[in-house]
Amino acid sequence: MSPYARRLFKDRLVAAACLGAALLAVAPLVAVLGHIAVQGVSGMSLALVADVARPDAIDGGAATGGLAHAFAGTGLIVGIACLLGVPLGVAAGVYLAELGDGRLGQAVRFSADVLAGVPSILIGVTVYALVVIPMRGPSALAGGIALGIMMLPTVARTTEALLRLVPDSLREASLALGMPKWRAVARVVLRTAAPGVATGVLVAIARVAGETAALLFTAGDSNAMPESLTEPTASVTVKIYEYALSPSPVRHAQAWAAALVLVAVILLLNITARAIVRPRASR
Amino acid sequence: MKHPPIDAPADAKMRAVGLSVQYGEKVAVNEVSLSLLSNEVLAFIGPSGCGKSTFLRTLNRMNDSIEGVKVKGSVELDGEDIYAADVDPVLVRRRVGMVFQKSNPFPKSIFENVAYGLRIAGVRDRGILAEKVERALTQAALWDEVKDRLDESGLGLSGGQQQRLCIARALAVEPEVLLMDEPASALDPIATAKIEELISELRKTLSIAIVTHSMQQAARISQRTGFFYMGKLVELDDTTTIFTKPNERATEDYITGRFG
Ligand SMILES: Nc1ncnc2c1ncn2[C@@H]1O[C@H](COP(=O)(O)OP(=O)(O)OP(=O)(O)O)[C@@H](O)[C@H]1O
Ligand SMILES: [Mg+2]
Repeated sequence: MSPYARRLFKDRLVAAACLGAALLAVAPLVAVLGHIAVQGVSGMSLALVADVARPDAIDGGAATGGLAHAFAGTGLIVGIACLLGVPLGVAAGVYLAELGDGRLGQAVRFSADVLAGVPSILIGVTVYALVVIPMRGPSALAGGIALGIMMLPTVARTTEALLRLVPDSLREASLALGMPKWRAVARVVLRTAAPGVATGVLVAIARVAGETAALLFTAGDSNAMPESLTEPTASVTVKIYEYALSPSPVRHAQAWAAALVLVAVILLLNITARAIVRPRASR
Repeated sequence: MKHPPIDAPADAKMRAVGLSVQYGEKVAVNEVSLSLLSNEVLAFIGPSGCGKSTFLRTLNRMNDSIEGVKVKGSVELDGEDIYAADVDPVLVRRRVGMVFQKSNPFPKSIFENVAYGLRIAGVRDRGILAEKVERALTQAALWDEVKDRLDESGLGLSGGQQQRLCIARALAVEPEVLLMDEPASALDPIATAKIEELISELRKTLSIAIVTHSMQQAARISQRTGFFYMGKLVELDDTTTIFTKPNERATEDYITGRFG
């Protein structure tokens, strides 16, 4: 073999090995999605998202109820999480990007990175101790607080990264027009970075929407539609966990179907997030 | 090097007295005194890094937003020190506008770019906004080119148009002084000529201080020219004097291209 042919061969070998590794890496994703899709479709029914749980119907086999209350609960809990996590996270990100070069900024940045790595069950336990016990029971509010805390680092750090991408010349342009600094940040810098920040928020929502551990002791469980923020509230993930452990094949099928819906929603959030950052034409 | 007496008449529009600027320990502008007269174009020339931009930015307190900047001496606008403790830099910047080297339109429509400063200043009336936007765009010699597409993004304009848009944006709030930091350095000769024409026109209504690397440009548009070297104002005189028989050896060396 000529040296050139040998080099060419090595080149192709390495490229093939990398391709193989890449395929191997996405294989589990395909397997998980495929399995959930196959299993989920068979358990799918209108009642799943339209009806609440009907424990008495299991043995009859005909009417099995659904998980509408869990979907509503997850929506409620994630909504509370957003109300807390998005404004706080964006504000923290603005601080880090615009004023955070000093010691305090470094400390905040480091804390955010540590918080992002804290196992969710620990956040759940902490909220249990600080919110659930004083409130004498799990609730949508406590669950929302736990998920809101989990959203903070993602939202803050993406906001910071995106604000830093806004060129300084835009900040100077606004200051030179006689805009106070806070207004320059709010009206020009944040506006310019808004699509990216929205993406960060959606990714954070997608992450916490699938959270289970932090909700186990904070939001609790229920078999009815959520009616107040201070009562135990069902969530899709906790229900999947609960139904998967139940002996009933009907419940198993419902768990798969719920998982399929959840995955579809998360996928949709991620796709929307990607679509937002696509460069758009004017304005 | 001897320092020529630099006139600083009390009736000047703006007046810097013993102005020094430091970035941390580094002195970027050293004891500069000069005045900007009403209705004049004052050009600043000098080699790269000699402190022209830094000096210009002290005139509307744009350096305030940079960390570690120390300003000594005083800058007066109509006889009042803009660095006095009770002066709000935001209000100074509304009277002393600025145009930057790189055009920096907001990612908004052409109309909104120009209307921006007015909105900040509290103008709400649509009619007044439209009227002032048209006037600023006309002053900036851009109206005819954009009047049919005011709703399109300012970023869709050519480089020269963007720079004129930025000039219109600065003019819309009717500043008394306009600071321009190499406003034409990124433009082709035609766009440059437009901007130079515009500057000569604007002089009728306001005072302009402009930094330029082009001596020809300084000669064409300014009445007086100041030569900066290593943070100092070496010489300031009528533009014709500076370019034909400067007093200082350093000035002569610079304009004849012996250094810088
Ligand atoms: N933000 C800053 N931090 C620290 N030093 C700075 C900063 N800006 C400018 N300097 C320094 O101050 C000095 C003067 O800079 P300035 O930008 O005023 O020069 P200039 O005359 O405008 O140069 P040019 O013609 O290249 O634009 C330079 O030595 C520069 O390195
Ligand atoms: Mg400069």
